[in-house]
Amino acid sequence: MNGRNSSVVVTGLGIAAPNGLGNRNYWESVREGVSGIGRISHFDPSQYPSRLAGEVKGFVPEEHLTSRIISQTDRMTQLALVGTDCAFADARTQPSEFDEYEMGVVTASSSGGFEFGENELRNLWSQGGQYVSAYQSFAWFYAVNSGQISIRNGMRGPSGVVVSDQAGGLDAIAQARRQIRKGTRMIVSGGIDASLCPWGWTAQLTSRRLSTSSDPNRAYLPFDAEAAGHVPGEGGALVIMEDLASAHERRAPNVYGEISGYAATIDPGAGVESATSLQKAIEQALRNADADPAEIDLVFADAAAVPELDRAEAEALTKVFGVRGVPVTAPKTTTGRLGSGAASLDVATAFLAMRDGVIPPTPNVRIADEYDIDLVSEKRESRAGVRNCLVIARGIGGFNSAMVLRDSNQSSGR
Amino acid sequence: MSTTEFTVEDLKRILREAAGSGDGVSLDGDILDIDFEVLGYDSLALLETGGRIEREYEISLDESAISEAETPRALVEAVNNDLGLAQADPVS
Repeated sequence: MNGRNSSVVVTGLGIAAPNGLGNRNYWESVREGVSGIGRISHFDPSQYPSRLAGEVKGFVPEEHLTSRIISQTDRMTQLALVGTDCAFADARTQPSEFDEYEMGVVTASSSGGFEFGENELRNLWSQGGQYVSAYQSFAWFYAVNSGQISIRNGMRGPSGVVVSDQAGGLDAIAQARRQIRKGTRMIVSGGIDASLCPWGWTAQLTSRRLSTSSDPNRAYLPFDAEAAGHVPGEGGALVIMEDLASAHERRAPNVYGEISGYAATIDPGAGVESATSLQKAIEQALRNADADPAEIDLVFADAAAVPELDRAEAEALTKVFGVRGVPVTAPKTTTGRLGSGAASLDVATAFLAMRDGVIPPTPNVRIADEYDIDLVSEKRESRAGVRNCLVIARGIGGFNSAMVLRDSNQSSGR
Repeated sequence: MSTTEFTVEDLKRILREAAGSGDGVSLDGDILDIDFEVLGYDSLALLETGGRIEREYEISLDESAISEAETPRALVEAVNNDLGLAQADPVS
């Protein structure tokens, strides 16, 4: 029976990342620190100050989707629809096995379908309003992934979209957890984002947080003395979430673990970066999970690679966990920052780390002396296992979110 | 005034360009009297299709002509009406 404190578990993963399309390909790359970052190929980046990105390779929408769907969708939606199919396959279930009102879709989005919008704006300028696609009405929109996933899979229960930049990847999963606790059996959640097109790139450049390095191994270096911004990427992860009892009832073969705690805070004011509000988010998420800091085996950092932001994050971690008190990793340095997809991918990665007892590394970073955190620069195998993870995500605009994940052995025993 | 006749084959081509295919009954067979809904085309797909017909044939379709045409036959007739070819056989 669902309830206010019932366990909500993840039973399927659908990953699309620059260093691996599909769960297995991604995990094989990320656990070895193999990067998917390179010079942009989707468009000619030579006239822009930043020219590196994490692009999802080998994705051919025609192999998975009808032209009826492709003609009305942005690349991020195509990736999300296929990601959802993968997540269902991984969960060994089909939407047809549930009542349509027992299933919902809650995704995160950070910018909507920029590439689709760019093409239609080009049609508008060069040919006129008559040439703008009718599908522009929704193809660009933040909520479009939730809508298209809902339509394609006949999922008509509680649904929506969360927009809070990178924090959205956690905020959406938290919203899905709420809806499951209110009685919905299954929800597709997480985020898959993509806006690697000239218009999207120009918009991202305005953040002044993009690395201008041309060396893929030295471009995105959080907590390094050479940190000078991040590399953007595309992709993310969608997850199948279920009430634990309901997952047991259908004999779900992969119960990856539980979403055991969550909290979100907002920074005090525009331009003010606050270690305190991030620390509060972490502490409240731990309390929500009923977990002591000592129980956390691994932290997935937000890892902004902007010195001031790295400092705030390291300070918050040190205050909660003590000096080098917990292993900290940022595998997103191998994918780039994926907008709303980043934290959802971290959640998926955390469950894979817990499954295999392997801590994926943060390659290439030489941690600066000023940070008292135990940054994992090389893969670690954990004999004792990885049982509880903390994922941190910050969004431009002052969003701080933290989520605690618990491995499946503990979930099934509760 | 244009004298080009609009046929169901023209409609199939523009439907594919405007909204793709593959979500309903195949366009390959005799579709004249199959509802657009069954063929997998919703009102937005028809709005986009109507816009492309208007551009290509340089006509201006009445909005209700598109929204009220439930089948390819009805839409082909509406277009030919506008082209001044009301009596044309949509198949030929």
